[in-house]
Amino acid sequence: MKRRSFIKAGLILAGTGTAASIFTPAGAAERKNVLNGGKIWRAKETPLPTPADPTQRLFFNEREYALVTAIFDRLIPADELSVSASQAGCVVFIDNQLAGDYGKAKWKYNQGPFENGTESQGNQSPYSPAEIYRKGLQELDTHCTRLFNKSFTELSHDMQDAYLEKMESGEFTYPTFNSEVLFGQFLANVQEGFLADPIYGGNRNMVGWRMIGFPGARYDYRDYAPLKGQKLNIEPISIIQLLKA
Amino acid sequence: MNYTRPKADAVIIGLGWAGSLMAEELTRAGLNVVAIERGPWEQTQTNFSPAIAADELRYGVRREILKPPRVETLTFRNDSSQKALPARDWNAFQMGYSVGGAGKHWAANAWRFNPSDFEMATRLRDRYHNMKLADGLIVQDWGVSYAELEPFYDRVEKIAGISGKAGVINGVTQSGGNPFEGSRSSEYPTPPLIRSHWNDKFHQITEKMGFHPFPIPAGTIGAPYTNPLGVNLAPCTYCGYCGFYGCGNWSKSSPNVCVIPALMDRTNFTLLTECTALYIDKAEDGKTVSGVTFRDSDGNTGFQPADIVCLSAYQLDNVRLLLLSKIGKAYDPVTGEGTLGRAYNYQTMSMGYLYYENEHMNPFISTGALSTQIDDFNGDNFDHSGLGFLGGAGIQALSDQGTPLSMTDRLPPGSKMWGSAWKKTFQKSYQNYAKIQGQGTSYSHRDSYLSLDPNYKDENGQPLLRLTFDYNQNDRLMARFIRDRIEDICKVSGATSWETEAFPDKHNSPFRAYDSSHTIGGAVMGLDPATSVLNRYQQHWDAHNLFVLGASSYPNNGGYNPTITLSALTLWTAHAIVNDYLKNPGSLVR
Repeated sequence: MKRRSFIKAGLILAGTGTAASIFTPAGAAERKNVLNGGKIWRAKETPLPTPADPTQRLFFNEREYALVTAIFDRLIPADELSVSASQAGCVVFIDNQLAGDYGKAKWKYNQGPFENGTESQGNQSPYSPAEIYRKGLQELDTHCTRLFNKSFTELSHDMQDAYLEKMESGEFTYPTFNSEVLFGQFLANVQEGFLADPIYGGNRNMVGWRMIGFPGARYDYRDYAPLKGQKLNIEPISIIQLLKA
Repeated sequence: MNYTRPKADAVIIGLGWAGSLMAEELTRAGLNVVAIERGPWEQTQTNFSPAIAADELRYGVRREILKPPRVETLTFRNDSSQKALPARDWNAFQMGYSVGGAGKHWAANAWRFNPSDFEMATRLRDRYHNMKLADGLIVQDWGVSYAELEPFYDRVEKIAGISGKAGVINGVTQSGGNPFEGSRSSEYPTPPLIRSHWNDKFHQITEKMGFHPFPIPAGTIGAPYTNPLGVNLAPCTYCGYCGFYGCGNWSKSSPNVCVIPALMDRTNFTLLTECTALYIDKAEDGKTVSGVTFRDSDGNTGFQPADIVCLSAYQLDNVRLLLLSKIGKAYDPVTGEGTLGRAYNYQTMSMGYLYYENEHMNPFISTGALSTQIDDFNGDNFDHSGLGFLGGAGIQALSDQGTPLSMTDRLPPGSKMWGSAWKKTFQKSYQNYAKIQGQGTSYSHRDSYLSLDPNYKDENGQPLLRLTFDYNQNDRLMARFIRDRIEDICKVSGATSWETEAFPDKHNSPFRAYDSSHTIGGAVMGLDPATSVLNRYQQHWDAHNLFVLGASSYPNNGGYNPTITLSALTLWTAHAIVNDYLKNPGSLVR
C-alpha cells in the first residue's frame, strides 16, 4: 500500500525484496498504463462505428465504380427475393471499406520475404484489398476488352455470368492475380455489403437480413428461445437504431 | 530508455483466465503481484455495450478484438522439409489482445477433461497391454490425476458460474448428465440453457440409437448468480454473439467479468497494460529467474523484478517466450533430444453438415456453446482393442452459428455460390442447416514441434514462432472412426442431404474454415524431466521459481475445449505455491 503512493509521487524507492532497484518513471507504462488495485480503473474507449455516407465517394473512380456495380449486380442480382447488390448499397459499402483500415490491410503481417507456399500455408500475397481492387479491376477489364472487344459493363447479363463463372473456376490468369482469387475477393465483399449491419452502407433497409429472416442487432431472445421449430417473424433492427435509442 | 520497476513478490505475464486466477490466489495470500498485459484494459459496460456488440462485420469478420497477425504471428509448415511461411492473414488461431486474453472472446465451452486424458500411457499399458500404435506417437501421463484436480475444477466452475447438468456426483450417476464424466463433488453452479430446436432433435435421435445425450457445460450463465468472489453474473440472453465477441450482458464467463472486478479492489495488485513481455531474465545462480523484461507502448524497455514468475500467455506465446528466454533445452526432432517445443498437439475434428426441410431452426437464437453431446465415443469411454488408435471425440449438435456472414456457404453440396440460385438456396438453408461436430483428441508426435523461425520476425524484431505440424496416423484413424459414427447419426436424422468429413484426410492448415483454435503442448508437464518441461505442479524443471500456466502444459489434447482444464491446473499450481513453495522455495517434487 505504501508502494503505491511512492509510485504516484514518482520517487526513487527500494524494492520490496532483496536488491534495491532504480525506478525511473519514464516509459508509457508509468505515465498512463499502470493500473493499481483499490483505485478506479478507466477502460480505453471503444470508438462507435461511423455510419457510411452514401453521397460520398471515397475510393473508386467513375470507371471502377461502374465496373464494381456491374460485377456485384451479377453476384447478387435483383429478383423476387431482393433488390440488387448495388441497390442494397453494396458498392457504397465496399467503397467505404476500401478507404479505411480494411482497404489498407492494417491487420496483416506484411514483412518479407514474400514467397508462394503450399496450399496449407495460406495467402502469401503482399497486396492489400485496396490494391487488389485497383489493380484487379484494371486487369479484368483489359482482359475482357481483349476477349470481347467490349468492357465488362457493356456485356449482356448472360455473357457477364459466363465470364464470372470462368473467373470463379480459375480459368483466367491476369498479370498479377489468378481470376479465382479476384473472384473470391469480390464475392466475399458483396456478401459482406449485403449482410453486414446497414451502418456500413450496405444491407439498405436490412434487405439481406429480411431475405433470410435474420433479426439483426438484437441482444435478447429469452422470450423466443422456448418457441422451437416455429416461424418467428421478428422485425430486424440495426445498430443505427440502437445508437439513436 | 531502460528502467527498472520496484520488485514484486510475483510477476504474471498475460492476464487471461490462467493469469487472472493466479493473480487472485496470490493476492489473496497477501503477495504483492504485478501483471503484465500487452493489450489495454477493457470493461464490459464500456467496451462491449449491447448498442455496438451485435456487429458481425466488426467483430466476427474483421475480428477487431483479436491480436492482429501484424503485431505477432507464427510461421507454419506441414513438415520439416518445407520452408515455414508466416500466417499473414487471420486464421484458425484466435489470440486475445487485451486484459482477459482469449477468455474474453471465447465461445465458452466449459469442459472438464475425461479422467483417461490425464493417464493415457498408463491405460495403454494396463488396459490395452501395449497395443501397437502409429510410429513416433508420443503418449505420456500428465503426472496429475483427475481426482487431484477435481477440487480445483469445482472452484473454477463456481467462479465462472458454469451452466450444466452433472452426470456423476460422488460416484453416483445422475439422470440427464454425462454418465461418462469423472466423478464430481457438486452440481454445476447454474442450470443448463434452454436447448435449441437442433439440440432437441439430436437428443431424440441419439437417445433412440442407444447413446447418452446431455447438455454440455457452458460459460454462458444459466440463472442470476453471485460467484465466490462476490461478483454478480446475469443470465444468458441467447444473442448468439459469443465466439469473437465480448459479452455486454455480464452473462458470459470471462476473466473480465468473473475475476478482475475482485482483483481491482486489492491494493497489492498492479497491472501494466500495453506492455509486451520480451523475455524472462535468468538469475545468476543458474537455478532461478529474476523477472521479466518488457517493452511499453512508448517503445521503452522496462524490467520487472520478482521472486516468482508466472508465464500465462497463450499456449503458443508461452513456448515462444521460453525459447526467446533460452530457458530449457529446445527440442531437436532429429536426435529427439530436448523438451521445449516437443509434444505440440492440436485438435482433431470430424464434421457432419446436414440440410433439412421446413425446420425453422432459428439459428440466431444461440450461444457459442449451445450443444447437446454424446460422449459414448470420447476419450477412453469405449473399448479400443484392435482399433489401432487411442482417443476419440465428443459428438455434438452445435447451435453456435446464426450470424448471416458465417453461414453464406452453409449450403448443400454442389450448390451455386452466387446469383439468384445462391439467394434461393441460402434463404432455405439458413433455416434448415444443422451441424454435428466431432471434437477429437490429439496425441503429439515426434515430427510435430515448435521452434523459433530463422527468417521472420515480429514488430519488436524478435523471431516468430515456427509451427511444424500435420495430422499423424493416430489422428487419421480416430477421425475417420468418428466421421463414420457421425455418418450413422446422419442416416437416421431425417435430413434431406448431408456431408461428413474427417479433417485429417487433408493436410492440416490454420487457414481452413471451421477448424479449432485449440493449439496445445510444447512446454508440457510430466513426471520425467527427459520428456517434460514442467513438473506435475507446472513448475519449470530448470528454474524453480518459474511456473508456466496454460494449454502449453498438456502432452495431449482431450476431445474437449481446453479452457476449464487449464484454469483448474492454474489453481492446482497456485495451491502448491501458497501452501508449500512460499514456505520452502525450491522444487515441489521432493
